[in-house]
Amino acid sequence: MNHLPLIIKREYLNKVRNKSFIVMTFLSPMIMIALIAVVAYLSQMNNDTKRTISILDETGLVGDSFESSEYTTYTIINNMPIEGAKELVKAKNDFGLLYIKKSSDTLKLVETINFYSDESPSLSIISGMERKIEKRLSDVKLQNEGVDIAQILAAKTRVNIAQETFEGEKTSKVDSYLKLAFGGAAGYLLFMFIIIYGNMIMRSVIEEKTSRIIEIIISSVKPIQLMMGKIIGTSLAGVTQFIIWIILGGVLLYVVSAIFGIDVMQMQTPQKVLINQAMANSDAQNMAQELITGFLNLPILNLCVAFLFFFIGGYLLYSSLYAAIGAAVDNETDTQQFMMPIIMPLVLAVYVGVFTVIEDPHGTVSTVFSFIPFTSPVVMLMRIPFGVPIWQQLLSFALLVCTFVFTVWFAAKIYRVGILMYGKKPTYKELFKWLKY
Amino acid sequence: MNNLLVANSVSKSFGDFKALNNVSIEVEKGSIFGLLGPNGAGKTTLIRIVNQITMPDSGEILLDGSPLKPHNIRDIGYLPEERGLYKTMKVGEQAIYLAQLKGLSKQEAKDRLKYWFDKLEIGDWWNKKIQELSKGQAQKIQFIVTVLHRPKLLIFDEPFSGFDPINATLIKDEILQLRDEGATVIFSTHRMESVEELCDHIALIHKSNKVLDGKLTDVKRQFKTNTFEVGLQSETPEVVTQLIKEQFEVFPATFKNLSDDIKMNIKLPANTSPNDLLSFLTSKAEIHHFVEVIPSANDIFIQTVKNN
Repeated sequence: MNHLPLIIKREYLNKVRNKSFIVMTFLSPMIMIALIAVVAYLSQMNNDTKRTISILDETGLVGDSFESSEYTTYTIINNMPIEGAKELVKAKNDFGLLYIKKSSDTLKLVETINFYSDESPSLSIISGMERKIEKRLSDVKLQNEGVDIAQILAAKTRVNIAQETFEGEKTSKVDSYLKLAFGGAAGYLLFMFIIIYGNMIMRSVIEEKTSRIIEIIISSVKPIQLMMGKIIGTSLAGVTQFIIWIILGGVLLYVVSAIFGIDVMQMQTPQKVLINQAMANSDAQNMAQELITGFLNLPILNLCVAFLFFFIGGYLLYSSLYAAIGAAVDNETDTQQFMMPIIMPLVLAVYVGVFTVIEDPHGTVSTVFSFIPFTSPVVMLMRIPFGVPIWQQLLSFALLVCTFVFTVWFAAKIYRVGILMYGKKPTYKELFKWLKY
Repeated sequence: MNNLLVANSVSKSFGDFKALNNVSIEVEKGSIFGLLGPNGAGKTTLIRIVNQITMPDSGEILLDGSPLKPHNIRDIGYLPEERGLYKTMKVGEQAIYLAQLKGLSKQEAKDRLKYWFDKLEIGDWWNKKIQELSKGQAQKIQFIVTVLHRPKLLIFDEPFSGFDPINATLIKDEILQLRDEGATVIFSTHRMESVEELCDHIALIHKSNKVLDGKLTDVKRQFKTNTFEVGLQSETPEVVTQLIKEQFEVFPATFKNLSDDIKMNIKLPANTSPNDLLSFLTSKAEIHHFVEVIPSANDIFIQTVKNN
């Protein structure tokens, strides 16, 4: 008799109707969006601060290269000793004082520039000023050597190396960032999914044990059916929750940014900075075009298929272990000692993915880890956007399936014995003995 | 074929621990079979093997003459000792789910549940969650779920625990009625008074071995000690007592009767019949009470376990 659909249905409905599940489903995206909005709002406030910086330029060389902008006003102080200038700036309650000391030699000038302020200035303020001074001083030096600035400007060349594989596929730096984003998102999604819903499966197994219904159930159903039903039912509930999160998150993000007029997409996240730097040479229109072509250049079909397979394979691999842990213990506090061996390879996979795949997606480390079954789902998903040969994907998936079959067998054994064991917390040695019961 | 269930030298070990050692039982159709034994003797293991929860290392189980198959789970209703229900699920929904797992269709399950809920007068519990019910109330639901699919074989492990006397009687009557309707019952308990009341046949498992097996009346006959409870009246009780003590083995006795001149248990030697004792007594005193002492299930249990 096949009760699997019945069990899946019960598990699914039981999860989805659960109050805390419903609350989490609808509250989480709101909390997330609220957090993003607050951060965006705060960082905007931060940028809004208007400050005045005074400049005491004894050389008279650089002062006029500072143009006031919306948030920063530069005022030039002339003919005043430095001590006096400091007093003045303090009295005016300006943000700080940039002091360029008189020097006979332009070359020595660079060593005698100081900035005085109450609070230490942010990195961006300092480097902004440094850039301006550097440019001016280089120009001055070039002029001293008798070079015409106009000529230099005319001679300036912009280079953008067009990348192309031997097969004729065009790639670019934008592509790389896109690939990174897609791979990272896929790998991280899997990681989160395993942790959240694996735990949910484990708790649901423990619940059946503590409520003592388990023996009634398994007098009608094979333990392995019950286990698989649990895993699949809970996963479907998880997928439902994820989809609601994505839809709700998208809608809320749109609404919030419309209401508060905060352009959340313009936030200076680290990724943005990276992309902006990559784009420094190309204009906006160009960038949009590159993004689109980059997206189209991704192995989209491969990505989708591989995502589906590795996601399911990896998830089942880990969730069966979670189910086994749930069966082995009586309550959640006892699960700690068994959690470590599960979490470790997962975390390792994410680290390997983040650090080595970015560095070299086809290097030895990332290749090896994309074959080891416990790390392969995450690492392979991160690698695939960079183009992994099909034979590698197939081999890795085959290894994953073999391991998956083994862990499910293993978990089912533990599960079968564990669900009827009450009272004591088993040791690893005992778990091993259960395999032979 | 008069046996519904036959276990043929079933053995099961867990690691180094032998839970069952060559245990055989035969459960007659339409009977109530008492499976007795101290805690940890192996009863639950045997019951789990019958339910195909655990697989035996050796030996076989026959149901209706053929080896147990996975589809036989429909033929068995099992009320485990460690039992519970999903706490957050509603009573009706849960009962339907469990019935469906036993192979009933949703509609069948609903109809039969309605019958049982009306019979036990618990119709208004349908939409309650289990956690809102008391332990005894939840037990009633578990009982209904066990018998709902009308199995040939019912296995009850401590069915009365958690019930007040009224509900215990109610359940006992239901079990007897199910038996009368043709079901066979295996009944495992530590309450010897319910064994006396219900069981036709008992088997006692002790330290993984079956140490006693047979019809309850046969077992009692086997354990009887040829002892008689005697109440006499006499003008000279001391003299009469002395006379009896010279002839027979005598133990003190307690029972209720109107006069209390002489009360004693008299044990007869193997070759002596109760008539001999009677004729001996009639010449000495007036006989008001004369009953053979029948060993109780409790005595049999304790004696067997102690001797092994």
